[in-house]
Amino acid sequence: MKKIFILLFVIGFVYACGNNSGSKPAAVVSDAATSATDNGNPSHDPNRGIGKFTKIDVPPQLDAGMATSGNTIYDTKCASCHKLTDERLVGPGWKDVTKRRTPEWIMNFATNPDEMLSKDPQAMAQLEICLVRMPNQNLSDDDARHVFEFMRKNDGIK
Amino acid sequence: MKYYQILMPLLITAAIQFSGCKPKGVSSAAVGNAEKAYVAPGKYDEFYNFVSGGFSGQMSVYGLPSGRLFRVIPVFSVDPEKGYGYSEETKPMLNTSHGFVPWDDLHHVSFSQTNGEIDGRWAFGNGNNTPRVARVDLKSFRTAEILELPNSAGNHSSPFITENSEYIVAGTRFSVPVGGNTDVPISSYKQNFKGTISFISVGKEGQLDIAFQLLLPGVNFDLSRAGKGPSHGWFFFSCYNSEQANTLLEVNASQRDKDFVLAVNWKKAEEYMKASKGIKQTVKYAHNVYDEKTHSAKSVIKTEVTVIDPAILKDICYFIPCPKSPHGCDTDPTGEYIVASGKLAAVIPVYSFTKMQKAIADKAFEGEFGGIPVIKYEAALHGEVKKPGLGPLHTEFDAKGNAYTSFFVSSEIVKWNVKSLEVLDRVPTYYSIGHLCVPGGDTRKPFGKYVVAYNKITKDRYLPTGPELTQSAQIFDISGDKMQLILDFPTIGEPHYAGAMPADLIKKNSLKIYKIEENSNPYAVKSEKDAKVVREGNKVHVYMTSIRSHFAPDNIEGVKLGDEVYFHITNLEQDWDVPHGFAVKGANNAELLIMPGETQTLKWVPDRTGVFPVYCTDFCSALHQEMQGYVRVSPAGSNVPLTFSLGKQGAAADSTKK
Repeated sequence: MKKIFILLFVIGFVYACGNNSGSKPAAVVSDAATSATDNGNPSHDPNRGIGKFTKIDVPPQLDAGMATSGNTIYDTKCASCHKLTDERLVGPGWKDVTKRRTPEWIMNFATNPDEMLSKDPQAMAQLEICLVRMPNQNLSDDDARHVFEFMRKNDGIK
Repeated sequence: MKYYQILMPLLITAAIQFSGCKPKGVSSAAVGNAEKAYVAPGKYDEFYNFVSGGFSGQMSVYGLPSGRLFRVIPVFSVDPEKGYGYSEETKPMLNTSHGFVPWDDLHHVSFSQTNGEIDGRWAFGNGNNTPRVARVDLKSFRTAEILELPNSAGNHSSPFITENSEYIVAGTRFSVPVGGNTDVPISSYKQNFKGTISFISVGKEGQLDIAFQLLLPGVNFDLSRAGKGPSHGWFFFSCYNSEQANTLLEVNASQRDKDFVLAVNWKKAEEYMKASKGIKQTVKYAHNVYDEKTHSAKSVIKTEVTVIDPAILKDICYFIPCPKSPHGCDTDPTGEYIVASGKLAAVIPVYSFTKMQKAIADKAFEGEFGGIPVIKYEAALHGEVKKPGLGPLHTEFDAKGNAYTSFFVSSEIVKWNVKSLEVLDRVPTYYSIGHLCVPGGDTRKPFGKYVVAYNKITKDRYLPTGPELTQSAQIFDISGDKMQLILDFPTIGEPHYAGAMPADLIKKNSLKIYKIEENSNPYAVKSEKDAKVVREGNKVHVYMTSIRSHFAPDNIEGVKLGDEVYFHITNLEQDWDVPHGFAVKGANNAELLIMPGETQTLKWVPDRTGVFPVYCTDFCSALHQEMQGYVRVSPAGSNVPLTFSLGKQGAAADSTKK
């Protein structure tokens, strides 16, 4: 049992580091060490949601390149349901979403909607309002990060 | 799992107790075997079973041992449910030299092989009526390619395959006049009618191409199998009607005591091809390929084929006498034995490849037929299975040296040992079995475990459904010495040959979505903001997107009577199992069923003015019933401008005013 725990710890460590090259390793290790679950991720944190993103470092300034790429992805995969204002279409409008949610929660929801919609209390509450399950649009990790940067741009970050 | 372990014995005990009230017989034995076919809800089957649809023209996919139907793959027949043959993108798949042919008769399936083993890349099917072969991609479970065969009629001995997928073959069941003047009296069969066998090469990506055709005497080529292992490089075909009858074949083609098996040395034919000995002939045939990036098929008419005449170019073909109108012609897993079932014979002859080669070397011939040497029967014979049953048709093999032969007339499967020719077991089938299938049973590596019977007649086996009854399949457990019936289930169309392979060969590769980034359909729109309606003369192109749960645009005006409207719909979803459907009222057409990331086009020619709803036909979300739109059609010459919108509400109506 102990061995399994250690193994999970190591997997969690490697995994977390592999996905967060820009983040501070020390912080990630302490996160992962608190309580590893069977998928190697830290246990559920309502502010972070459920998924592979545990810690996203967001610099204060906008990465314009990432935001432009995020805009392109938005046009194809998101715009049918999300407006950039606060108007709800099929899903909620995106205005100020980066102020309401953590980057981890947004990126986990975007890449892991099925699990989030059945387990995460905030996502479940949102589903009760919208009644349409957010589709899994097969965003890569980078796609999710770029879309998040585009959301920041939409929220006025420069 | 634990529940299942506890529940299953209870269920079986209950079942046995229940059946204890009934007279004992087949049913109580079947109940005892029920567990073997039981696949618990949510669990996967061990094998995929690809079953020819016969006169449905399609290929169906079942699970073994549960007999659950997963999918019907449209191949040679239109399928309005999937828009196959109705959407502009799929129409070219069914193009032929005769134009658009919406139906065919799919008899046999084969799978791509590497080193004589199934590799899970492609399944092939034959079209018997308008001679064609098709390749089905086992990643997408869709028809990827269809190739028409010139100089052919009744493509029956097809699409059997060589052990490294070098070729699939296609032989004429109906000999016909070939080349030059084909407008000849039917009674001139013996002078003018020819059989052909096409060797169709299979490229690295599966591309089909007719490498060469063998021009052969006018007989009926029925079934075939490639050699394997030591006999790799050879192909064996059964043929009947060596009487060369052109009428009342039922009687006139059953006169001779023996017909033939044709052995073809295709490596020798390759040598002649390399030496440019083939004769180029001008013909006309269609080659249709579906492109997964453009989501469209293209049909190209080809005009040349290379023909080899084995009566002139020697050492390619040899006939071997075979009793009474042989049907099945099957090679055992070792490649040494060839089993040919004379369907009117009282024995099953088993030929030895080694002896056949020696007979050829020794020139142990009894004469010629149509300029091709006929090997002496005994010189090629390993032995005969005596009194096996009535009407032997087809043979499959297990990995333990046993053969399983179907008997149409006596309605049974007979198990026998290939080497000793001794009959080991027999079981009845219900009724009149045609083909049968052991997973991998036609390859060098049979997986054994089950033999599935495909029955022509079910009569009293199921609830009656009027004059037309279902055909059926029956699964027998063959892991022990005795075959045991464990399940039967109805099938679509009329199943002929079927193949089965372990699920692991396919399921890990199964495609989930088409990537929207890779969609290069010229009419694709990858963003709602690019959705538009464009008029080009009397053609109106609607570039529309779909996502849960709306179309964009969903209000269109300015279409006029006399216009042809093309709805090009791109499904923006990128999630597994979320197709959207599309239908428009009054269209002389079918629906579209658009997979995630795909673009498909429906043509609609409005026949009257008014407002026409369009809607999504495939339940997609809680707001699926809201997934609809309107198209307004005005008279020809009307000045209603072409407009389109999404989310633009009309003014409030005042119902009190008129």
